[in-house]
Amino acid sequence: MKKTISEFLKTVLIFLAGRFKRLTMYFKKTKTMKDYMMVYYSQAKSAKLTGRKVAWITSGGPVEPLIAMDVIPVYPENHGAMIGASKMGGSLCEVAEAMGYSADLCSYARSDIGCATVNGGPIGGLPKPDMLVCCNNICGTVLKWYEIQARYFNVPLFILDTPFCHTEYTEEMARYVRAQFDEYFIFLEKACGKKFDFEKLNHVGHLSHQGQLLWQAVLDTAMHKPSPMSAFDAFYHLALIVTLRGTKEVIDYYTWLLAYMKDRIARGIGAVPNEKYRLLWDNIPIWHRTRWLSEKFAAHNACLVADTYTTAWCGALRYIDENNFIDSAAEAYAHIYLNIGVDQMAKMIIEMIDKYDVDGFVLHSNRSCKPYSFGQLDIQKIVERERGIPCLMLEADMTDERTFSESQISTRIDAYMEIIKERKSKK
Amino acid sequence: MKELTEIKNIVSNPYAYIRKYKKQTGKKVVGYCCSYAPEEIIWAAGAMPVRLFSANENIHLADTHLQSYCCSLVRGILEEALANRLDFLDGVIFPHTCDSFQRLSDIWRLNIKGPFHLDVVLPVKLDTPSAVQYLRDALEKLKKDLVGKLGREITDAMLADSIRTYNKIRRLIGKLYELRCENPQIISGADFHAVVKAAMIMDKNDFLEVLSQIITQLEKDGAQKTKAKVKKLVLSGSVCSHPDIYNIIENAGGVVVWDDLCTGYRYFEGLMAENSRPLAAIAERYLNRVVCPAKHMQLKGRGENLVRLVKNSGAEGIIFLLLKFCDPHAFDFPYLKGMLEEAGIPCMLLDVETELPSEGQLQTRFETFIQIL
Repeated sequence: MKKTISEFLKTVLIFLAGRFKRLTMYFKKTKTMKDYMMVYYSQAKSAKLTGRKVAWITSGGPVEPLIAMDVIPVYPENHGAMIGASKMGGSLCEVAEAMGYSADLCSYARSDIGCATVNGGPIGGLPKPDMLVCCNNICGTVLKWYEIQARYFNVPLFILDTPFCHTEYTEEMARYVRAQFDEYFIFLEKACGKKFDFEKLNHVGHLSHQGQLLWQAVLDTAMHKPSPMSAFDAFYHLALIVTLRGTKEVIDYYTWLLAYMKDRIARGIGAVPNEKYRLLWDNIPIWHRTRWLSEKFAAHNACLVADTYTTAWCGALRYIDENNFIDSAAEAYAHIYLNIGVDQMAKMIIEMIDKYDVDGFVLHSNRSCKPYSFGQLDIQKIVERERGIPCLMLEADMTDERTFSESQISTRIDAYMEIIKERKSKK
Repeated sequence: MKELTEIKNIVSNPYAYIRKYKKQTGKKVVGYCCSYAPEEIIWAAGAMPVRLFSANENIHLADTHLQSYCCSLVRGILEEALANRLDFLDGVIFPHTCDSFQRLSDIWRLNIKGPFHLDVVLPVKLDTPSAVQYLRDALEKLKKDLVGKLGREITDAMLADSIRTYNKIRRLIGKLYELRCENPQIISGADFHAVVKAAMIMDKNDFLEVLSQIITQLEKDGAQKTKAKVKKLVLSGSVCSHPDIYNIIENAGGVVVWDDLCTGYRYFEGLMAENSRPLAAIAERYLNRVVCPAKHMQLKGRGENLVRLVKNSGAEGIIFLLLKFCDPHAFDFPYLKGMLEEAGIPCMLLDVETELPSEGQLQTRFETFIQIL
């Protein structure tokens, strides 16, 4: 009883803090990412109080129908990134390992599975889900992970199965994905106990599309020399397009961010004070070492100007028809970066190399992410053959900091930068 | 038994068998590495489906394409192809399963030139109407693709004939499982494993003939062999490419009487309807058999199946043989263990990277486990 009361009071406090934040934001000229995220998480964590439903959803999943139904989407992967950034991944992974999960499994999944049982981590755990939405366009891991959480929380699970596009997206696949969108709407009607609001979905779809265009425009500013932003900035600002895609907040924030970056360009301010070398990053960030890596590269006057990871949230833009959201979203969600063949990924990387005019390519071989990492060795060979730029592969883990060898990685980066410098001086 | 000797020879050197077979029959050989490969369609087209196994040791060529945290099964299969040991292949098909096989398909397509390459992008979930429709569509597409690649028409009559052959094999293998479950003394685990593996390598008709002879013989011998008191066990995992394990378990006082393996009962389970449309019948079997953990079918299906397997086979415990870095199996293990323990079934976990631990060490571990049963 005592526990329930204290839990209730905690929820009330979280709710009030969120409301207060929103009020102060109203008067604030520049609203920061932290402001938005605080309001968002306080809303999610006090959903029980406000009677709103909470859905856990994978980062590549179609969130627009949830927002149209006034369900609060929560992203365990974004939470995983926060856990990693606060260096709490190792201890939460240990909780999952004690439950019998192998230490070789994805560290997002491990830390989330562990966190759900102890409500630990930087924000005291995620709010309990009323439903789970799993789209396997990013990996097969999410399927297993969401099955585990569906058993643990005993809530309905919707799986959106996006057939893998090795070389083609066939008519059969298109029909299948499109049919599942209809099943998704029915699932939501049942879970929310109300009719699906298609009109609102069109509106949300429109905002989502606009948000993605703005995010692409923000990333595009890195084409400028010196680049006003680095991939490390993108890793930070990414959180909104992941968590609030389809809302007006995303548009407001990225409109401001775009203007900010353009201003930096106008004033010649670079993310790295003396940018001499430009690099491209591949794979999910090493969340527990972003600052260290950023400083490490900056010390060599190198700026990681772009990356394949944050681009993934606007990479399928060309498939979206804002006047026909449902049909085109089916195709767009099936075509995201991790759901295509290695050769197509290499092609996109080469386009990025040219677009951002980079001198080198840094690949994070991420023990936690097999679909992102297997194929990297072939991509590296293709890039070296097609563009002749030096590549560096760093083996690490996105969230589990326990095996990271700072001195070894540091030495490898130093040696790599020597090659880049020598090559550039000869040009 | 001379039939068993023949089978053991083939299994110990499958490539020699396939090369010789190809020379003699002129048939095209199509490789696959997953129990969701609809090989009935390949066989119907007059080609020979062959399961690919990994090189068990000395993987080095694959290291330039796949990182060390990829499972030895996927790395090992790539190694065989890169080392040119699979030059007998006319084609290869990759049914979609896990993230690692998904990328193996890409890497194979980009690096192994010669045999044709087909992706069979099956649905990942198997329990919704749209997934069932898509499964049928994907099989229809594979049929069309195979007609193009093999240059032969595939009629419904040919498919029906192939389905009958596979049903006969599956029925007989089921019988073999039952005979051995009833009296494990009639055939050693290693020999049993060889027969099962031969089903994935040999000509279907030849195998059927040898298999029926073996079963007739075992039924005859079985009556004379007394049932020894041994602890019956179930083996669960992905692929077991370690025939030694059966001997070691037997030396430790146990015997594997049933399994839940991709290269075991999951491959044989379920018959196809012989009186409905052939492709629909093939699809139907995938919907009814127990799933590989890379596929989704209800939340507790695999756990319920394992509990049922143990009860039906009279086993007293389960050994999980999990391949290191195999995500789908590793994710399922804690819940399976939980369900088994709830049902009062003890289980043991054996993590395998490439090679088994030393025989002595392994035997001690099995003995310890068997003693608590």
